[in-house]
Amino acid sequence: MATKVHMEALSPTMEEGQVVKWLKSEGDSVSNGDILAEIETDKATMELSARGKGVLRKILVQEGGTAPVGDVIAVIAAPDEDVSDVVGDAGGVSPPEAGEEDREASAPEDQEESEAPERPSSEEKAAKEAPSEGAASPDGGRVRASPLARRLAQEAGLELDEIDGSGPEGRVVKRDVEAALERDVRLPAAAPGEEYRDVPVSQMRKTIARRLTESLSPVPHFFLTIDVDMTRVVEARRRMNALLEDDGVKVSVNDIVLRATAAALLRHPACNASWQGDTIRVYDVVHLGVAVAVEDGLITPIVRNAHAKGLVQIGSEVREMAGRAREKKLKPDEYTGATFSVSNLGMLGIQEFTAIINPPEAGILAVGRLEDRPVAVDGELTVMPRMRMTMSCDHRVIDGATGARFLQTLQGMLEEPTSILL
Amino acid sequence: MAEMTYRDALNAALREELERDDSVFLMGEEVAEYDGAYKVSKGLLEEFGERRIVDSPISELGFAGLGVGAAMVGLRPIIEFMTFNFAFLALDQIINSAAKMLYMSDGLIPVPVVFRGPTGAALQLSAQHSQSCETWYAHAPGLKLVTPGTPADAKGLLKAAIRDNDPVAFMEGELLYNVRGEVPDDDDFVIPLGKADVKREGEDVSIVTHGKMVHTALAAAKKLEKQGVSVEVLDLRCLRPLDVDAILSTVKKTNRAVYLEEGWSFVGVGSQIVSIIQEEAFDWLDAPVLRVCQADVPMPYAKNLEQMAKPSADRVVEACNRVLYRRA
Repeated sequence: MATKVHMEALSPTMEEGQVVKWLKSEGDSVSNGDILAEIETDKATMELSARGKGVLRKILVQEGGTAPVGDVIAVIAAPDEDVSDVVGDAGGVSPPEAGEEDREASAPEDQEESEAPERPSSEEKAAKEAPSEGAASPDGGRVRASPLARRLAQEAGLELDEIDGSGPEGRVVKRDVEAALERDVRLPAAAPGEEYRDVPVSQMRKTIARRLTESLSPVPHFFLTIDVDMTRVVEARRRMNALLEDDGVKVSVNDIVLRATAAALLRHPACNASWQGDTIRVYDVVHLGVAVAVEDGLITPIVRNAHAKGLVQIGSEVREMAGRAREKKLKPDEYTGATFSVSNLGMLGIQEFTAIINPPEAGILAVGRLEDRPVAVDGELTVMPRMRMTMSCDHRVIDGATGARFLQTLQGMLEEPTSILL
Repeated sequence: MAEMTYRDALNAALREELERDDSVFLMGEEVAEYDGAYKVSKGLLEEFGERRIVDSPISELGFAGLGVGAAMVGLRPIIEFMTFNFAFLALDQIINSAAKMLYMSDGLIPVPVVFRGPTGAALQLSAQHSQSCETWYAHAPGLKLVTPGTPADAKGLLKAAIRDNDPVAFMEGELLYNVRGEVPDDDDFVIPLGKADVKREGEDVSIVTHGKMVHTALAAAKKLEKQGVSVEVLDLRCLRPLDVDAILSTVKKTNRAVYLEEGWSFVGVGSQIVSIIQEEAFDWLDAPVLRVCQADVPMPYAKNLEQMAKPSADRVVEACNRVLYRRA
């Protein structure tokens, strides 16, 4: 009997497909599972396999042609079989009806569940039609198992036919599944899952998970990245540290970034704000959250009134609070109430990244690594210290241009650090 | 707590409710002058007088109907049947009038009547007087069905039944009347209808049962304990309303269940319970649910045959072993 070759749903959202290439020609003999054609779906180019055997008698959709899912695009049949009826039917967009072969060829659940291209031939049909959960035993019968054993085996990823049943007539029962689990007779398919361990989720990890999920879903994030010439920051830092040498204190690049961020926020209060539902709260002061990695998580201690503090003070506060953060000794008022946050992964070699906003703040600045990079200046290639910063913005509060202007100011301050003082 | 018989527990419940509520009265064959065929109403005539404790003629349909009518106009009758075998005569009043009136009056006319009396076999009372009648009464919506197995349950549930605004069939047992047990002294000891009771906790298999068979189940559990099997016994106590949660809970705990009832298996109470279990706890079952019931014959008079026809602890043990896939 003739087998219609249908345009199959090769992706979950595919509605029609384009034949990129026929890998079999009319007259070629075809077996179950042979790749017939390459089909371009809405997502990728996929292979279409044969669902029957015989000869590829007729190609109905040529290369480059498209067909809706369910349409017949070719016919496979015996070499001398009359396929005029089948060919005559083709072209309709309705899914195929009637005919055992047709139903098999188009049953969508089959296609999704089975990765093996092998389709059951008619003599295998009886076995195939057994309920899917009833794995076939070697003698072709159904594996007897209690409902409970069936469920437990499924949950454990065990195949029932690999378990010896101790119940009446070899019925697999709960104790058999438990015994099998002790022996760890697992499915080969489950192998990738074998090497893992479940680490208990700490409260901090739970809070991070909850807070950041709460952030990313309701807060419409967008991201702005800017690349900064850090030559003068490096120079300024060198000179300041020379001045501070006697005091045994050092200023870090990050301290300067924090100070500049605070100063830039004062000039762009629209970015130093938070979404309150009916109002947008704009802050006149900058409380800067500084993300600190701690064991099993992170926390953002806050430099209060960062806009009014000097670099030495900012630096010492950050280091002091980071130390206590790692010992989990921060008090709640030391890590709640920031108006904006900065996260720096530069020391871990990250060039640029995006951070997730810590609500109700409306922005967070993700600071990348300071590194010497070649850039073109006035048409000449030069090497200079560069740094990338990416700001995540809550679009309810900050628009693209608003954020961009803030970043421009910040870039200007870092490229000419004396402007921070203005 | 006081130890008393099932009979005295019922008597105490009747007395307390007669005292508590003037609209309560007891009527039935020989309930007054003779103190009741099984002495459940002992002393009540003396205490409450013939207005409250009323002897009826031998006419079940008549006095059951009288009870239904009295309930419809606001009294709380307790209608005693000498046994529920005789109440077949009154089925029309019980099912067609009592059970349906609230529905047919659009909720206007509640029928707070209690029909009570023994059900099931005693000893050699033969085919017509040995029937377990639960199925007839459990079948119809509108009627509550209570089957206490212990003195405490008898007292707490009878008080609840008398106070309930729906018609209640309250089934006792001749062989239960002399059973002794602890009963709370509290005048207000009321057990809500529709709450099953775990009479024994266990891990390996659940025996679900009701009424007199609780004792057979507990005897079987003891025997199985000696074989190393831990049995849970769930006493439904009420068949309507039915405590489905308790049934599912014990099945999900042990994964194996046996339903034990005194009546016949065909369309028996157990059929309904098994249906619920397979519908709602299918994936927790490790074995088919079995039933232990009376043999599918009219109860024989001959003592040896009667013994064989009735469910016994040994048959329950055998059924438990079968659902446990073990040979004792």
